[in-house]
Amino acid sequence: MLEVRNLSVSYRHTWAVERVSFVLQPGQVAGLLGSNGAGKSSLIKAILGLIPCASGAIYWKNKPVTKQLNKVAYVSQRSQIDWDYPVTVEKVAMMGRISSTGWFRSHSKHSHLLVRQALERVGMWQYRASQIRELSGGQQQRVFLARAIAQDAELFLFDEPFNNVDSQTESIIFDIFAELKAQQKALLVISHDLSETLENYDKLLLLNKKLIAAGSIETVLTNENINKAYNRYLPVGNSDQRGFPSLPLLTNQKTPELQKSTRC
Amino acid sequence: MLTWLTEPLEFEFMRQAIAIGLSLGILSAVVGSYLILQQMGMMSGVISHAVLPGISIAFFLEINVAIGAFIAGILSALLVVNIQKRSRIKVDAAMALTLTSFLALGVILITSLNTDRINLDEILFGDILGVTSSDVWRTVIITAIILILTKLFYKELEFYTFDPLGAKACGLPVNLLYFGLICAITLTIVASMQTVGVLLVMSLLVGPAIAAYLLVKELDRMMLVGSIIGAVSSIAGMYGSYYFDLPSGAAIVMIIFGFFLLAFLFSPTQGILTAPELKNKVFYWLRSLLN
Repeated sequence: MLEVRNLSVSYRHTWAVERVSFVLQPGQVAGLLGSNGAGKSSLIKAILGLIPCASGAIYWKNKPVTKQLNKVAYVSQRSQIDWDYPVTVEKVAMMGRISSTGWFRSHSKHSHLLVRQALERVGMWQYRASQIRELSGGQQQRVFLARAIAQDAELFLFDEPFNNVDSQTESIIFDIFAELKAQQKALLVISHDLSETLENYDKLLLLNKKLIAAGSIETVLTNENINKAYNRYLPVGNSDQRGFPSLPLLTNQKTPELQKSTRC
Repeated sequence: MLTWLTEPLEFEFMRQAIAIGLSLGILSAVVGSYLILQQMGMMSGVISHAVLPGISIAFFLEINVAIGAFIAGILSALLVVNIQKRSRIKVDAAMALTLTSFLALGVILITSLNTDRINLDEILFGDILGVTSSDVWRTVIITAIILILTKLFYKELEFYTFDPLGAKACGLPVNLLYFGLICAITLTIVASMQTVGVLLVMSLLVGPAIAAYLLVKELDRMMLVGSIIGAVSSIAGMYGSYYFDLPSGAAIVMIIFGFFLLAFLFSPTQGILTAPELKNKVFYWLRSLLN
């Protein structure tokens, strides 16, 4: 079980994340929602120890997460990667095996097999010798997904995996979420998309520096909560063009401006 | 033609220059590959200028100038990193300030410690034909050490330079890897001082690596192709210096630039004159003319 207790993060005297607590069980897929600057990325980075926490504690199966990072797979935002880097698809997926391989060793046959299976699973094995920059955004995201699968982790953290990806990639990602869930892995996924895809999550966390609400879709996405999370009252079904998410969950519309690459 | 190539080899200083040129070509391409992928090109400029006070102090204390240069270079890099990390100041401003401050300190120390016997010209612009056998040994040993370390930590360094956040999230000691890269860059600069001088060493680090970057699609190939370009440039520059009495450092730098230009224009996949997209464009343009 992932247990986040009273986690706060501050950047130069302003709070990015304030006293957030929640738990995530193995076999659960949780969606982390919130507006730009709500602290979603900061929360995930703080869980991994990538940025310092002002307070709080994070445990995975009753041990601090930072003491067992090999059990955690992290897929960062696409914007944080240099996609011109001279590296092939297979090598990128292989990076998921580095912490289990250890220093001064070359990758085992078992690692090669895991990487092959992972790349085949996301439909990228045939591109294994391609340079990463030759791929489309969706394909690049799938390679990173393969890297996370190959790591054979227990806890998966995804930072906006659906940004700029095609619908084929989106459905592959959701299929894999379901498979990982069936294998009793725990997944925490930052999403910007308030569309019908929310049905794929067992649990939602609505963040606006503080945790506004956590639980099932029905309990979290109430007008009152949305109002608190996006600092604005949104009448149900009224799509808004000024960058604020409306509730396409209920109107069944996708809002394309929400898919833009963003950084929290 | 052959005698033209072999004649200079009769001289001891030319044989030494070739050894150092080959060694440096390989060393700077390997280290330079990481440097440009980490977008630290200007960091090499800072470190190379910042070695000056170290050289002066080492000369004054009568210890090996390479040691002084190395320490001063590392300190300058740490200063840049700390200014950037602990304030809102952007890295280019931090670099500009650090570079000039260390250079100024060097100038002051050279005057006030009365170490003007340092041949400043040689440090700034290098003289590959003036190398001694101890210079050669120093460079060869540094090259061997860096190549072994690169081999040992290749997969971790590749991961870190490609996806620093991902590497840190996997528990890799990213600060240590970064510090290791800084040390490797500084060592390369110290080793190249004699050949191209501190003002031009950036070229040796950056040029062969970016030319190779435009030609290949994997890091190890980039290092290999870069090494060939670096070694050929160093040796060709040396011949230019021998036959036409050109300043060796400057000649090497211009040849490296020539290689870069060739790759930039004619790289099969990315050259501005040869990239596949351009071929297609020209093809369609010609076809529309014919129709």
